[in-house]
Amino acid sequence: MATVNSLQKLKKLGKKAFIPYLVVGDPDLATSAAWVDALIEEGADLIELGVPFSDALADGPVIQTASERASKTTSLLDVLHFAKQQSITHPNFPFLLFTYYNPVLKMGIETFAQEAQSAKIQYILIVDLPPEEAANYLEIMNRHSILTVFLASPTTTPARLALVCKSSTGFIYSVSRTGVTGTQVEVSTSLAGELELIKRQTDQPIAVGFGISNGEQAKQVALLADAVVVGSAFVKLKSVSEVRKLAKEIRASLL
Amino acid sequence: MQNQTPRLIHSQPNAKGWFGAYGGRFAPETLMGPLLDLEAAFYSALKSEEFKAELQQLLEEFVGRETPLTYASRLTSYCGGAKIYLKREDLTHTGAHKINNALGQILLARRMGKKRIIAETGAGQHGVATATVAARFGMECVIYMGKVDMERQAPNVQRMRLLGAKVVAVVAGTQTLKDAVSEAMRDWVTHVNESYYLLGSALGPHPYPTMVREFQKIIGEETRKQILQKEQRLPDELIACVGGGSNAIGFFYPFLDDPTVALTGVEAGGRSGQLGDHAARFSGGSLGVLQGTQTFILQDQVGQIATTHSVSAGLDYAAVGPEHAWLHDIHRANYTFVRDQEALEAFHLLARIEGIIPALESSHAIAYAIRRARELSPHQLLAVNLSGRGDKDLNTVLEEELKNGHR
Repeated sequence: MATVNSLQKLKKLGKKAFIPYLVVGDPDLATSAAWVDALIEEGADLIELGVPFSDALADGPVIQTASERASKTTSLLDVLHFAKQQSITHPNFPFLLFTYYNPVLKMGIETFAQEAQSAKIQYILIVDLPPEEAANYLEIMNRHSILTVFLASPTTTPARLALVCKSSTGFIYSVSRTGVTGTQVEVSTSLAGELELIKRQTDQPIAVGFGISNGEQAKQVALLADAVVVGSAFVKLKSVSEVRKLAKEIRASLL
Repeated sequence: MQNQTPRLIHSQPNAKGWFGAYGGRFAPETLMGPLLDLEAAFYSALKSEEFKAELQQLLEEFVGRETPLTYASRLTSYCGGAKIYLKREDLTHTGAHKINNALGQILLARRMGKKRIIAETGAGQHGVATATVAARFGMECVIYMGKVDMERQAPNVQRMRLLGAKVVAVVAGTQTLKDAVSEAMRDWVTHVNESYYLLGSALGPHPYPTMVREFQKIIGEETRKQILQKEQRLPDELIACVGGGSNAIGFFYPFLDDPTVALTGVEAGGRSGQLGDHAARFSGGSLGVLQGTQTFILQDQVGQIATTHSVSAGLDYAAVGPEHAWLHDIHRANYTFVRDQEALEAFHLLARIEGIIPALESSHAIAYAIRRARELSPHQLLAVNLSGRGDKDLNTVLEEELKNGHR
């Protein structure tokens, strides 16, 4: 694989990765750019660029509302152009594109892959495209040297987990609980067991997300996983200074 | 058209839930395992004599099947063309075909040991049917309904609450059926172990489109038997309205391999042909994936789902069931649309000359049947699925008429 898998490198170094998520274009692209700058300065290792979608059914109220709002002004192509600009501003910094399948299908998977490659996107996660329906997508992503990320959840059976691991060329994204994205008070007690099952199947880095909102939770999760994803807790913030504050808190908890 | 019909169309979908290029299972990871469990439980139930016998008994004694096939003699004379028969799903318990599927699925839920039922509803007919069977089997029931739909179908909200269901108003997006489906799926993802998602239309990830069809095909099976008794032959054309497409697929399915029977699905033409003003997926839609299935979808150039409009809440949805998309592709069924105004006129006409108040959804099928009957000769037969009764729509109809200064 031509692309450097950043999470793999961090894993080898024994460093825990901090992965914030934002909805690109919420409220506008300039704000998103300012957030990316701030998050990188505050020590993010990888940033998830969320593609706005009108019907974000895997997301909870915070991201769903932001996504729907931004979907009126920001398309998948806008996000890809945004990513391309970021790759110039922040050379070698890795980005993950987080999207629903319909905008990709509408653009055409081949065109999408070309655009993503040209924007130097390192990873792609399509939240409503399970491995079973992804044969064509996987072939195209491999051909464009873009790493794929699939989700594993508490309801993923061992047989399906094998499929998830085989289909993920980047890392495994473990959903820390059943449910949509959003914040929760405590880290799930079953997480350790679920991650153990994944580790038996793969050496890939494991990121954990869905529900992590503060430094304390991030710290607990980092004891078990290689990377921590924080989404809704950022999306609900209003200002760059708040973004910096939360990013600092998470980063500090992972050192 | 009939020459292109392949053999054994009714054998679809394939093992992965695809009808040609449509269908599949595009669900968030958390639902994939539960969907596979559901699929296994469903196919096992279909093979169980005990399950089938219990369902049959309840369909007879609780739902009131079989429903009549009524010869609409005055409508036929009014049109002056083909003989029009009406399949009377409006006469089922709860007043629409939705109960057939709700009953089948709740028996399945009980078989799977689930105690909590969740469902979405547009017009409220599926919500009422689900609340009814949940009450009948003593299960907890939560219904998601768009806020706009709750307003325009207020009597059904009251019925659901009376039956003990919790009705949750969905304020996201357009506050209609599409948003209710998303919200029901979010609930299912969150409470996946204890809950059963009782989807009401021939939509969503596999096995739902197939499951809903199997529980609705009794409509077509009865129609077939009844028309043969009355006319000693099959009808020339079947007509049904298509939202997600459950009543239409249930009506069409037993006739798929009868090449002399034309099949026509009627979508909601809304106010105009402009995107956002209608729900005619086959007129303005394109290939996409929404809420678990690949099918024809109303969307913009960049893949955002379009808003839709129809005077009937039950047809007001951006995607069509995948089996319909396939039947359209292979030219086995034909899809057309009827605008709000024409549906409202059919609503009145049927009430006045046949003494039957149809649901606004079904009024779309009636409106097309009126048009079609006039093109055909008196020895030809049309069968229209009267999928539900129109009591729930009185407010909407009165408001529309005030708006239009009509009558």
